[in-house]
Amino acid sequence: MNIIVCLKQILDPLIPVRDFRIDPELRAAVQGSASLVTNIFCENALETALQLRERAGGKITVLAFGAPSAEDSLRKALAMKADDAVLVVNDGNVHPDPMAVARVLAAAIRKIGAFDLVMLGRESGDWGAGQTGGLLAEELGVASVSFVDAIEVADGESHLKLHLKRQTDTGWERVAAPTPLVVTVTNDEHNVPRIPKTRDVMMSYRQPLAKWTLDELGIDAAAVRAGGDYYRVVDLSIPVRETKCELVSGDSLEDKVSDLAARILQVTRAM
Amino acid sequence: MSDVVVFLFSSSGPDRATEGALGAARNLADSLGGRVHAVLVGASNEALMRASAAVADAVLIADDPALAEYQPEACLAALVQISRMISPRAILLGNDAYSQELAPRLAHRLGGSATGDAVELAVDDGRIRARRPVYGGKAVAVIELLQSPAVVWLRARAFAPAEARDPSGATVTRLAVDVASAGGPRIIERAVEDAGESRLEDARVIVSGGRGLGGPEPFRDLGEVASLIGGQLAASRAACDAGWAPPSWQVGQTGKKVAPGLYLAVAIHGASQHLAGISDAKVIAAINIDPDAPIFKHCSFGIVEDYRKVIPLLRTQLAAQKK
Ligand SMILES: Cc1cc2nc3c(=O)[nH]c(=O)nc-3n(C[C@H](O)[C@H](O)[C@H](O)COP(=O)(O)OP(=O)(O)OC[C@H]3O[C@@H](n4cnc5c(N)ncnc54)[C@H](O)[C@@H]3O)c2cc1C
Ligand SMILES: Nc1ncnc2c1ncn2[C@@H]1O[C@H](COP(=O)(O)O)[C@@H](O)[C@H]1O
Repeated sequence: MNIIVCLKQILDPLIPVRDFRIDPELRAAVQGSASLVTNIFCENALETALQLRERAGGKITVLAFGAPSAEDSLRKALAMKADDAVLVVNDGNVHPDPMAVARVLAAAIRKIGAFDLVMLGRESGDWGAGQTGGLLAEELGVASVSFVDAIEVADGESHLKLHLKRQTDTGWERVAAPTPLVVTVTNDEHNVPRIPKTRDVMMSYRQPLAKWTLDELGIDAAAVRAGGDYYRVVDLSIPVRETKCELVSGDSLEDKVSDLAARILQVTRAM
Repeated sequence: MSDVVVFLFSSSGPDRATEGALGAARNLADSLGGRVHAVLVGASNEALMRASAAVADAVLIADDPALAEYQPEACLAALVQISRMISPRAILLGNDAYSQELAPRLAHRLGGSATGDAVELAVDDGRIRARRPVYGGKAVAVIELLQSPAVVWLRARAFAPAEARDPSGATVTRLAVDVASAGGPRIIERAVEDAGESRLEDARVIVSGGRGLGGPEPFRDLGEVASLIGGQLAASRAACDAGWAPPSWQVGQTGKKVAPGLYLAVAIHGASQHLAGISDAKVIAAINIDPDAPIFKHCSFGIVEDYRKVIPLLRTQLAAQKK
């Protein structure tokens, strides 16, 4: 099984609201003291891929399109025991649109070679477009399934080689799917990303890592550098939302909880 | 070319979300000077048809047996065919999992542009713009869709329902689609998790638990509190990732977007990604041991205490005061 996992490096989405700043001109967040991390859903995807490889064998290539710093995300993935890593260097545009990204990833995947499964996160923690997976599937001309949280290789000779479990609004579905296939992965208790061992982190810096430029991919690199022609961000702002929280009062815990219960019932009775 | 298509899965609704989607379509079509085509996908649904006819100019029923149960490739092929028949300027969908799965691929096949989780739509000089939360709810962006059609999946409850009109003004047509040959992945089993009385999206009261609960058992105690006030249970991502609650209970940016009259957050920190799912709640209340937890910046009232001390007392108090 040849698996490609697409990883995006993003600004740490867990920084507190009070530390979050934007550049209204650039229409993007300012890094400030925040660190760069791998998007959590990409790590859920990689974890799902690692578990699949444990059972079905095969090879996992991690692929990122990003600034040179995205090498750190790929190194971490190697430390988690991905086999190969490819960085397509983004030399300038802070926010290429999802179609531009999908075209870059598709070109890189064609250059990597034959694949059975391409795995992405359901959405990224910065812009949260939630559409790179679908667009990439169309670019590659293969089917896709979203919100997957577990993958098995089916028994027998059916052309529907993979059995996926995926989340729906009310529960889950099992999907039988052929390869090659694109899936987007969501979080579940079973795909919480593993923590790499310190030794493997050190080792990962000695492993080879391919770096490709946009010009090597045989796509319209200038269009990607310009950000793409799919959508553009015309405004970015930080919403102001002020609520005043009243903490319940009372001398004892009993009094406080009695006040809490009264307030709760006041709200529910008014509904 | 100035018409608006809204795709509604007939397995749902009519509910506040389908009303919002229809309202959004009406407004957008009026701004564009076009018509609204409500397309009902799946087995026929009389109530949804009537609700659609009261808002749309045309109701199209796509009830081909191949669409009765959702299969991704067949449904995508159908949506592409229907869109090509109408050639709309914009296509709207809800924010259910199926709509999110299909929207980008639909946009790609039609040569259009997609965006999602829109909470507001506008037309600026003929171009369609969508407002949506980004950076985990810490910022709001306005996205201009450069290609036509604009394909947008909506946070449908954020849009006001349209004023109902005389439904007999709308034409109702059945649509034939040809999706028999659509192969690809097949859904072979569907499971519905115990969801309580109604869908979380429609719940009037929600009691939600976070990582601070420390395990699965406390959800049972929260369940007792919830049942005293007609509420349903939900959870933060951390509690779902720990396996204490099923994934379908997750509320937030990548979980359910809920809009209850009361949301009681127990041992939930209030990360922006969690808050992104409860911005439409009328009243938020919190139980948290940490006075500096950001949830307290977003709630109307709360208590700074260990939930383990609060919950048993709260149960007794609610039961007593209800009388
Ligand atoms: C891209 C992305 C998408 C995400 N989507 C979602 C989403 O949809 N939904 C979501 O919820 N999260 C989401 N998250 C995760 C989110 O950022 C937080 O990590 C998560 O919400 C934290 O859950 P929590 O508040 O339960 O846990 P914690 O952050 O660990 O907070 C636990 C809280 O419990 C309190 N506590 C501890 N013990 C007690 C006690 N005995 N009594 C009372 N209080 C106590 C603590 O003070 C603390 O405030 C997302 C993150 C990313 C990056
Ligand atoms: N620049 C990128 N490089 C690699 N993968 C990406 C990139 N952007 C998006 N992805 C993948 O697409 C998923 C969804 O991202 P998005 O559509 O931007 O929300 C991410 O979780 C990644 O798996």
